[in-house]
Amino acid sequence: MVKEKELLLGAEVIAVAAIDEGISGVYAYPGTPSTEITTYIQQSEIAKQKKIRSSWSANEKTAYEAALGMSYAGKRSLVCMKHVGLNVAADAFINSAVTGINGGLVLLVADDPSMHSSQNEQDTRFYGRFAFLPLLEPSSQQEAYHCVRNAFQLSEDVKLPVIIRITTRLSHSRSVIERTAPVEANPLNPETDKFKWILLPANARKRYHALLEMQKQLTELSENSIFNKEITGIGDFGVIAFGLAYNYVMEINLAHQLNIPVLKISQYPVPEQKIKAFCSRYSKVMIAEEGYPIYEELLRGFFDNGKFTGRLDGTLPRTGELSPDALAKALLNKTNITRPVPEIVANRPPELCQGCSHRDLYEALNIALESYENKHVFADIGCYTLGALPPYNAINTCVDMGASVTMAKGAADAGIHPAVAVIGDSTFTHSGITGLLDAVNDKTPMTLIISDNYTTAMTGGQDSAGTNKLQQICEGIGVETAHIHTIVPLKKNLEENIAKLKAAFDYEGVSVILACRECIQTLRRKNSKK
Amino acid sequence: MINNIILAGVGGQGILTIAAIIDYAAMQKNLFIKQAEVHGMSQRGGAVESHLRISDREIYSDLIPRGEASIILSLEPMEALRYLPFLAEDGVIITATKPFVNIANYPDEKEVLENIKKTGKKVQFIDAEAIAKEAGSIKTENVVMIGAAADYLGFTKEELRESIRAMFSSKGEAVVEMNLKAFELGILTI
Repeated sequence: MVKEKELLLGAEVIAVAAIDEGISGVYAYPGTPSTEITTYIQQSEIAKQKKIRSSWSANEKTAYEAALGMSYAGKRSLVCMKHVGLNVAADAFINSAVTGINGGLVLLVADDPSMHSSQNEQDTRFYGRFAFLPLLEPSSQQEAYHCVRNAFQLSEDVKLPVIIRITTRLSHSRSVIERTAPVEANPLNPETDKFKWILLPANARKRYHALLEMQKQLTELSENSIFNKEITGIGDFGVIAFGLAYNYVMEINLAHQLNIPVLKISQYPVPEQKIKAFCSRYSKVMIAEEGYPIYEELLRGFFDNGKFTGRLDGTLPRTGELSPDALAKALLNKTNITRPVPEIVANRPPELCQGCSHRDLYEALNIALESYENKHVFADIGCYTLGALPPYNAINTCVDMGASVTMAKGAADAGIHPAVAVIGDSTFTHSGITGLLDAVNDKTPMTLIISDNYTTAMTGGQDSAGTNKLQQICEGIGVETAHIHTIVPLKKNLEENIAKLKAAFDYEGVSVILACRECIQTLRRKNSKK
Repeated sequence: MINNIILAGVGGQGILTIAAIIDYAAMQKNLFIKQAEVHGMSQRGGAVESHLRISDREIYSDLIPRGEASIILSLEPMEALRYLPFLAEDGVIITATKPFVNIANYPDEKEVLENIKKTGKKVQFIDAEAIAKEAGSIKTENVVMIGAAADYLGFTKEELRESIRAMFSSKGEAVVEMNLKAFELGILTI
């Protein structure tokens, strides 16, 4: 049989590898650059035949815990999120290193260095160290396939969750990959060891001790990992390249026939012996990491002997994703002279779509707030964050998922009025509900606007957990029905909507405006299918 | 042999269809491909680009190094300029001429075209919209551009026709024929 070759996005490669490795479920909340993994599994015919469970979770914490439950039952589960999503899931994640797992559990985290679609560029490898868990960091799409296939077996071998860290560039780049023979899913085989799973302090102390004991074995596995390898070269200068950085190093190394020896690291905890042996052979070593200079800091140590270069001394840029150009500058000590971008080229930032409901909402909101002196709008994460840009300039904050509700509450507590929160439907069910409960219990004078477009729009239109449930959710946690108003953000309703918004601002308690109209993108797709 | 192609445009213009057609041709010849795309926030009417690399040996970097793109193929003139640092000394610019104006400070149209001409190397301006209409639908603009760039993509015209057939076959013979016509009309601009 001729091996079938497929051209896939890095994210899709993760999906096919997980299907081939016999997962019984994938759990995720959409987030760039991780979304396409779950989307692929949802649309895969093979996944349907195998009855792989794949619908979206309300947030990353619920996703992680459900994946852990599936592992408890003996089956293999994949849980996917973007880097900041792991902050939301961190409680479950860190503790799952203490319980350990039963069926293979792989956590896929897609980091976003350079913040193409994110609020920070935190490096998930820190979380790997933090939780004392093994982590794989593929350098290419084909290697990503093998990493996922190996990760489930590794997870079951060491009885721990295994993290796979990818970045935007790998996730959103296509390449041709070859698949290997699939394996069957695990049978139902629930864990019976209660000591392991009940993290009472007495149990947790013993489990934590066992986790620390495991570290030697994990390091040993990294020493012998096929993902950590040395490329021989000549000279007195070597490069340690972590994850995707390996690609850029090799691009320059080969194109300019530099013959620089390279140690590639893609499995953590790092192979200490390999690194020591490599460093002992060269008088200068550059550390190339696609992310924070974590290992550069460790290798330099407190007393930095000047042997190492990297991001900390400016040999490579301190922030942002690496590039072949950054590596060319570092390794060749020269930059390609190329044509500059002409000055007339203007920035073209993203914008709210023509016909988008958020546009009509912001237009009404801006007018409704005109007459108030002390007004602040606390927004959230989604398409409607683009209300920060002209022509609307409508919001004052955007920090993290759900923060609109709670920051408006705190600001109202401090005396700001009107304190207005703007959140999308999906972000509200992700992390806004508990904040609203705080406000209800405190009778906080604030207005929450849920801009409900019936979808998770920013990431491409995934199902939203709260569709058709928002009114009941708000009532259920105690918002008075008389102070929940629905508006339809359309030009023709502008006057009516302004009046309803003003009435809500003037109420001295929690008021909710449900601004409901379908996302123009999902509507278009539906219509074109008809 | 490596061919580095920068595809440029504005979110929603469909540069990935161009990439998919070239990819198909590369797959048929068992070549190595890397195609870095922009997903997420920028797709909402922002500047988008794709780095497409095709080679007969393994490709390491998903990104094209500056100064090494053999061609910038752009669906919008100002977007062609944004990626000039990637263009090789002897690289080619092929761009649609109609500006996509969704920002208040869009520069003077003539100045944009002057700047493209000033690059000094081979430049082709394509009135892709008018040609696409002639082919039967404005939606074929992408394929017109592939026709205009046919000499620089590393494939024969017949290989590209085959890709176009494969790409649109599920949409019926009429759509295939319309796109093939767009391709031929694009070639005529060379």
